[in-house]
Amino acid sequence: MKKIKQLALGLVMALGLAAGAYAAGGGMAWDKAPGKTNDMASLQNGAKLFVNYCLNCHSAAFMRFNRLKDIGLTEQQIKDNMLFTTEKVGETMKAAIDPKQAKEWFGANPPDLTVIARSRAGAGGTGADYLYTYLRTFYRDETKLTGWNNMAFPNIAMPHVMWELQGDRKPVFEEKESHGHAVKVLKGWEQVSPGTMSPNQFDQSMGDLVNYLQWMGEPAQNTRVRVGVWVLLFLGMFTVIAWRLNAAFWKDIK
Amino acid sequence: MAEFKEISPNAGAGEKLLNWVDNRFPASKLYKEHMSEYYAPKNFNFWYIFGSLSLLVLVIQIVTGIFLVMHYKPDAALAFGSVEYIMRDVPWGWLIRYMHSTGASAFFVVVYLHMFRGLMYGSYRKPRELVWIFGCAIFLALMAEAFMGYLLPWGQMSYWGAQVIVNLFSAIPFIGPDLALLIRGDFVVGDATLNRFFSFHVIAVPLVLLGLVVAHIIALHEVGSNNPDGVEIKGPNAPKDAQGHPLDGIPFHPYYSVHDIFAVSVFLMVFTAIIFFAPEMGGYFLEYNNFIPADPFQTPLHIAPVWYFTPFYSMLRAVTSEMMYALIACVVAGAVLGVLKGKLANVFKGAIVVAALAVVAMMLSIDAKFWGVVAMGGGVVILFFLPWLDHSPVKSIRYRPDWHKYMYAIFVLDFLVLGYLGMLPPSDIGGRVSQAGTLFYFGFFLLMPWWSTLGEPKPVPDRVTFTAH
Repeated sequence: MKKIKQLALGLVMALGLAAGAYAAGGGMAWDKAPGKTNDMASLQNGAKLFVNYCLNCHSAAFMRFNRLKDIGLTEQQIKDNMLFTTEKVGETMKAAIDPKQAKEWFGANPPDLTVIARSRAGAGGTGADYLYTYLRTFYRDETKLTGWNNMAFPNIAMPHVMWELQGDRKPVFEEKESHGHAVKVLKGWEQVSPGTMSPNQFDQSMGDLVNYLQWMGEPAQNTRVRVGVWVLLFLGMFTVIAWRLNAAFWKDIK
Repeated sequence: MAEFKEISPNAGAGEKLLNWVDNRFPASKLYKEHMSEYYAPKNFNFWYIFGSLSLLVLVIQIVTGIFLVMHYKPDAALAFGSVEYIMRDVPWGWLIRYMHSTGASAFFVVVYLHMFRGLMYGSYRKPRELVWIFGCAIFLALMAEAFMGYLLPWGQMSYWGAQVIVNLFSAIPFIGPDLALLIRGDFVVGDATLNRFFSFHVIAVPLVLLGLVVAHIIALHEVGSNNPDGVEIKGPNAPKDAQGHPLDGIPFHPYYSVHDIFAVSVFLMVFTAIIFFAPEMGGYFLEYNNFIPADPFQTPLHIAPVWYFTPFYSMLRAVTSEMMYALIACVVAGAVLGVLKGKLANVFKGAIVVAALAVVAMMLSIDAKFWGVVAMGGGVVILFFLPWLDHSPVKSIRYRPDWHKYMYAIFVLDFLVLGYLGMLPPSDIGGRVSQAGTLFYFGFFLLMPWWSTLGEPKPVPDRVTFTAH
């Protein structure tokens, strides 16, 4: 009987929606990212944070600086504020760090971030959700080489680069009963030392940064949606015409 | 040589040109035979649009493919970047790429529906066996095309998917390891593999595919289309008009071309909605992991093929060493039934026993992984034999006993469940369900000569059922 129940359960699961198709690789549940890739102010702030904090170690090797014109910056603004590793706005975004040194320092090469927001999507949400959670859940962990650990990406090799902005935080856990055994569940955070930003400001900045990462994953995405509306409007009208044309031809067929 | 036709000197320039061509190439003849005077049954329903749609998607894939090849670099060091270059720097490159990636999935959607239509209405039955066989060959070529094309973006899933599937070939006894080496061109999937897959994907398989599509259509137009009633409209006893055209038929052009324009328009609404608003389709059309460049040193936690391969991938995974005992029991049961129930000469009965013993011996001695590969391949190959497996006295599902409809419904459900389980990481329950599903899938076909004859078919009408619309 138990076997039959298991089988039935398996069938039900098999028929269920495919949400579980991509299992997340450990870590906590993801928060929802703001996901506004058409908010120019947010994207510009995100781009600023990106070149200041991320681009030191990570590349975005398929992203050209002058593509930032799409989010409302002029070529001169890009030249003046964004270029640290190159002189030409037509160049792609290369990390300041030497990859060999990076490997020595962190044990692994920092991954390229061009399409990071696309690659990190999964059952837990969009890639932006993951990044938004990940960027906000670093904590001190003296057992780690860098002195930092992360809730969304346990045992990460990267230190908390923006700790000055966020300050030091400690996760608070509570014991909960789940499927018959006790598990530690994240209850909240305890601010150990303050950062230069308030928690709200920091969340907002990370939202901007994630927005930017999401946009950079596919700079054409806003154009894509805009064009799509017109295409569907056209096809909608054309379908009506095709339908009537079809009816006209078949009217007399008995 | 056909008679040389003179045309009146007063004819228009267009007519003169056409006459000139017709005297040298059968342009008008071909147009008449395949379009304006190809009589198709007038009772086609919704299910009959997927053939035209497959052709449309084929054209989309070829045209977008041509433009992608202009910018893509088949080089392990450059491939991933060149796809991103297409997505970013090539004007409208993102649109071309999404059309191609969505087109791959759309191709399988329409082809699966097209095949299911054939299954429902018995479109593979005499005299359409070759139409069906060419179609199955197209399906096989399409799978090869999709598999090799999937390596080209050179992401993690591209790489490891190819690694897993090519490794399967090494399970074949004796020649396996060398065969896998030949396919890869290296000991692991690498630059050599990418180059040969590129060559196959853009030249070899498309050529085969196009040839097969032409053969499929020529064979179809030779025997005429089937229809939802399974009634022959061009048979010797079928009613015809004074010119000998079937009364239940209607010229393909313009009647079905206007049908198709309408269908294409509706299809394009769905197709473009995906392209413009959900090109990744929640990770089903473009897998998230494939946005990470291929890394031979880092195996992803969970490797799953794209959705259209997963039913067959499930069959592969279902064959474990434990499952082998169930399969051996099936072979033994089949042999016993054949000997006891079959009306065969003793020589044949002896042959059945010997063959069964040989198969069982091989099943016991060769690794289950190999039989998994056999199951996966067999799941596709068995389709070729369908014309000779179906012994039902009527063609169309409409006139078969009601419980046959449930049989087909369970078959569809089974295929979907196998497909779903193939996307998941292996699990105990999922494994058991996919084993049951695999047995049902093969049982459905292999026992068809028996079950398709059972039950009382309904009377088949002499003429097609058609209500004016």
